[in-house]
Amino acid sequence: MADPAHPSDVSTQPPSSPAVIGDSALTDEELATVAPEILAESLPDYFRAWGRRIRNGESGALPIIVGLILIVIFFQAEQSTFLTAGNLVNLFTQAGTYILFGAAEIWVLLLSEIDLSVGYNAAVGAFVIAELLAPPVSLPWWVAILGGLLATGGLGAVQGTLITRLGLPSFVVTLGGLLGFEGIMLELANIDKTAVGGVIQIDSNSPVYKLVNTNMSSTLSWVALVVVLALFTALRLWDVARRRRHGLTAPPLGITLLTLGLAAAGGFVLVLICNMNRGALTPLRGVPWVIPFVLIILLVYSFFLTRMRTGRYIYAIGGNPEAARRAGIDVAWVRTLGFVLAGVTAGLAGLVYESRQGSMATDIDGGSLVLFGVAAAVIGGTSLFGGRGKMIHALLGGVVIAAVFNGLGLMGIAAAGQDMATAIVLILAVTLDALVRRRGTVH
Amino acid sequence: MSTSNPPVAEAGAPQDAGAPLLALRGVTKRFGPVQALNSVDLEISPGKVTALIGDNGAGKSSLIKTVSGLWAPDAGEILWEGSPVHLHGPKDAEALGITTIYQDLALCDNLDIVQNMFLGHEPTGRGMLDESAMEIKARETLTDLSVTTVRSIRQPVASLSGGQRQSVAVAKAVMSNAQLVIMDEPTAALGVAQTSMVLNLIKTLSSRGVAVLVVSHNLVDVFEVADRIAVLYLGQLAVSGPASDFDRQSAVEYMTTGGAGQAAA
Repeated sequence: MADPAHPSDVSTQPPSSPAVIGDSALTDEELATVAPEILAESLPDYFRAWGRRIRNGESGALPIIVGLILIVIFFQAEQSTFLTAGNLVNLFTQAGTYILFGAAEIWVLLLSEIDLSVGYNAAVGAFVIAELLAPPVSLPWWVAILGGLLATGGLGAVQGTLITRLGLPSFVVTLGGLLGFEGIMLELANIDKTAVGGVIQIDSNSPVYKLVNTNMSSTLSWVALVVVLALFTALRLWDVARRRRHGLTAPPLGITLLTLGLAAAGGFVLVLICNMNRGALTPLRGVPWVIPFVLIILLVYSFFLTRMRTGRYIYAIGGNPEAARRAGIDVAWVRTLGFVLAGVTAGLAGLVYESRQGSMATDIDGGSLVLFGVAAAVIGGTSLFGGRGKMIHALLGGVVIAAVFNGLGLMGIAAAGQDMATAIVLILAVTLDALVRRRGTVH
Repeated sequence: MSTSNPPVAEAGAPQDAGAPLLALRGVTKRFGPVQALNSVDLEISPGKVTALIGDNGAGKSSLIKTVSGLWAPDAGEILWEGSPVHLHGPKDAEALGITTIYQDLALCDNLDIVQNMFLGHEPTGRGMLDESAMEIKARETLTDLSVTTVRSIRQPVASLSGGQRQSVAVAKAVMSNAQLVIMDEPTAALGVAQTSMVLNLIKTLSSRGVAVLVVSHNLVDVFEVADRIAVLYLGQLAVSGPASDFDRQSAVEYMTTGGAGQAAA
């Protein structure tokens, strides 16, 4: 452990205001690693702790949110159509794919592994779904989706087993997956006589097509928002009350209310935007089904990571695999599961991808998609070195990447420029993050 | 240059009080031509702090690894509460109530204190982690051990000082109902205040009836906490006896030459 009173840390501390939260002074190390809601005893305390944390370099989600605001301002200044309902809803559905690829990466990044194959694994899944759905197979939509996820999860399991049981590096095994799964995808397209030129159409009456291309009604959107917010509020308040009753650590009421308020405001704005008429000729409004679809997936994943034993073991293995092993955790099994979950999530990403296209084609760029997945996770704040990250990071990072692509597209910048600009944003985000973090932390 | 009354190092030497919790009888371990442990006899009693000292390569680590079940001895036997046991792995040792705290402490920096204390043994209710039960039990255990310096038991271990981390590792052992806690160089990387905190923790632990085996290079610390001292020299038990039978000089002599008063003899 580094000395808490490291000279370089001291220099970042304004001499006039010693960090006092509660009754005693905080060391910089504590500031750098302890979430403000744990240190704070009241709302003003919380903001004070938060402010000190930012000044000490542990900025959390702040740079990414500031970055997103800057990106939005820039594109709005360049193209006034950027902040229209039609474009924003388009942006959200664009983000859906990146978010899911990001979530797939987070499963393995938390274990300090990487999965380079999720892009073409998603492509394999999407082809399986499309082929099971289309004639001559014509299976029900849910069987087709299940089949696709089974395929991608299975490929994840194969890679995970190779990595954990043979002790091979995940980088190499999944690089093999990246190449091999593209081959599998091409083969799937070859053997299917109905895939003319490597393209399979998706029936527009199928829920697979409707996922991205149809909307909840305005009324249903509002009802769903109210129900979700009410449930969320009730659960949070109930949990805090219960913790207080048992004398356990609980965040101050003000912080809980603030979180709930922010969630409500975010949901309200989202539904409001989606419910504005964005149709050119006929009225078009409502929340695209893909938005609750992606949010529910992230919610379920977060629940698994924070409330279930296996989820905790994923963090433990990412933090210190040796400690996890000595604690009796079946490390190989949990790590394999991580690759299976990355595969299944890749399958879901493939589903959203083909739904958005209305068809599945072999021209999918699985190599870029996986990098956008890693980028989404890292831009959102997930560590490349394991043990640190949350599913919400995929959401933040996915929206940033979609915003960059969307904005550059509106400006009429060609693919070459889009790729380069996205690369610059990625490097900037990671550099900023690394610089800001290095200033304050001991690692 | 000789000490008065050098302690006797005989097998089955009469213990001062009560049956030993753990006894080694003629434990031997070889690695090819290297004799790591040579017919070591050692007794560890509940409620006592036994310090195991010795120079580098004296066999301290080999002894710990044998007792914690990482490998089986080539000869000799291990008695637990008087009956012979065969440890086929760390899990066997753990099942008996032997917990080893290695120097690296085996904590996950990214998890908080409660999460670390329950790692691998989390209670669940309806399939979900029972955070309340964990937090209550963790707080109780830490209070019991008089660990009061941590700000919040929900802060990640990365934010703790060396002594606090050691405390978390000990609390984790106590919570698993360990009867024998083996600590490998517990004060090696600590400053003065941190060291005294850990030494107090060791005393608290033994006052609760737990047998503690401390492996240390630091004689000042050893004399501060140890009830009994055992000295290993080149794989052999040079001497063992009550700490009061030793002084710094004799301890150093045993560690460096394997016998007391050799220079004088």
